[in-house]
Amino acid sequence: MKRKYLSTPYIIWVIGFTILPLVTIAASAFTDNDDAFTWGNILAILEPINRQALLFSLAIAFGCTLICILLAYPAALVLKSFRLKRKGFTIFLLVLPMWMNFILRILAWQMILSKNGILNFLLGKVGIAPLALSNTWIALMIGMVYDFLPYMILPIFNAISDIDEDLIEAARDLGADSGTVFRKVIFPLSMPGMLSGIVMVFVPAMTSFVIADILGGGKLQLIGNIIEQEFVKSMNWHLGAGLSISLMLLVIVGLAFTLRNDMEERGTTIW
Amino acid sequence: MVRLKNAFMKCYLAFIMLFLYAPILVLIVLSFNDSRSRVTWGGFTLRWYATLFSNRQILEALKTTLFLGLGSAAAATLIGTLGAVGIQAMRKRGYQVVMSVTNIPILNADIVTGIALMLWFVRFIPLGFTSVMLAHITFNIPYVILSVMPKLKSLNLSIYEAARDLGAGSVYAFFHIVLPQIGSGILAGFFMALTMSMDDFVITYFTKGAGVNTLSTMIYGEIRKGIKPEMYALSTLLFGVIFVILLLFNLLSGKGKSTEDMIERSR
Repeated sequence: MKRKYLSTPYIIWVIGFTILPLVTIAASAFTDNDDAFTWGNILAILEPINRQALLFSLAIAFGCTLICILLAYPAALVLKSFRLKRKGFTIFLLVLPMWMNFILRILAWQMILSKNGILNFLLGKVGIAPLALSNTWIALMIGMVYDFLPYMILPIFNAISDIDEDLIEAARDLGADSGTVFRKVIFPLSMPGMLSGIVMVFVPAMTSFVIADILGGGKLQLIGNIIEQEFVKSMNWHLGAGLSISLMLLVIVGLAFTLRNDMEERGTTIW
Repeated sequence: MVRLKNAFMKCYLAFIMLFLYAPILVLIVLSFNDSRSRVTWGGFTLRWYATLFSNRQILEALKTTLFLGLGSAAAATLIGTLGAVGIQAMRKRGYQVVMSVTNIPILNADIVTGIALMLWFVRFIPLGFTSVMLAHITFNIPYVILSVMPKLKSLNLSIYEAARDLGAGSVYAFFHIVLPQIGSGILAGFFMALTMSMDDFVITYFTKGAGVNTLSTMIYGEIRKGIKPEMYALSTLLFGVIFVILLLFNLLSGKGKSTEDMIERSR
């Protein structure tokens, strides 16, 4: 028996449960309730409410990705500089929080940030006036950065850890100071990690609806919230499918600009 | 100067860790809080841990979650491992096409995957446990393939060929030569799939239909009326169990060999 036939069950699975569902959602997006062809559902993303939600999502996702990079990069450098014998322990510390249910963790942030919450209690102790963070975009941003930060630290940390010490030594021997070593050696070599981090953060930040639901108190509408409501509340599946397809295309275009290196390499860098 | 820099670095790391673990601390504290309110501390109690085991709804959701996690991870591991072995034998063109498709469920937004599966399922089967199981297997397989693939690439094929030359059948040689070499990748893939399944909310939410609840969807449904304190107790217990298992795994497994694999995987 030829070895490649071992993948037959998987190929069938991919066709049955990855490709055909995507065909279905596309078919649903391009038809109306009477099964007639229409562009309406796809173009609905341009309607004021949807467009506003889309732009807000884009802004939040950009901001979240940027903050994650700014927080994660130094963290990865520090983790690396500790030269832990076992990289595993670092990964353990970063992955462990994922084992507490994520909705509960976001709810915990709601409690921390609320008017009578822990943050304001602590601020009060040092004499700072309470902050009204509940249901603001700042609370939403904190929740998103919190949820996605490990997905940025891990790939950057992995990329930095993989840098050959000899390269850094060589640069030093040739007279580079630590700033130059960082600019010319460490930073360029950490780029692949950062790119996978960007994908792992930007896509979910752009499309999530649960975090906005909880920390936005129903007042902040991301595009994900609009799509969810089309399915769960308005029961307008064709419109929801149309918005999903538009969103998907937008994300793909965005990613195509960010990433040109090969798919496989990127896909494996999830932790 | 160096010491100052070192202290600063430690402070920064402490800040990041505090940020990551603060909500978990809050939830653990709440599980011992003798008050149904989330904002007031009513004293220490183990009450919720006791009543947890008589709360049929929560136990039912826990059972569904575990069954779903273990079942979908096992199925994904089987299909994914066979798939990876087969894909690796493909020609370059086919290999690239299949690997690109494999990435779709990982790169695609959860909400799109969930809706696409839901629209597809409603044509054939009523939404329920089966549809959720199929959905979980679907998004778990890529993680298995991506864990096993690097192991297959670094596999020493000459040993396999040597075994065949010495008269071993292909199945015998697979189980005795190939499997031991890719075993850690398979295990890592299984664990990863289990984690993803247990943590999933969005895809379950769209494919589950009425009547089926995992812990995630149950918690989501309770947001407006308030989370039952038993849920904090259960989450703390689950977290504690995983904490101990992973810690032991880290400390015991030959100076962190297993986690070394986790890093291998991420390359």
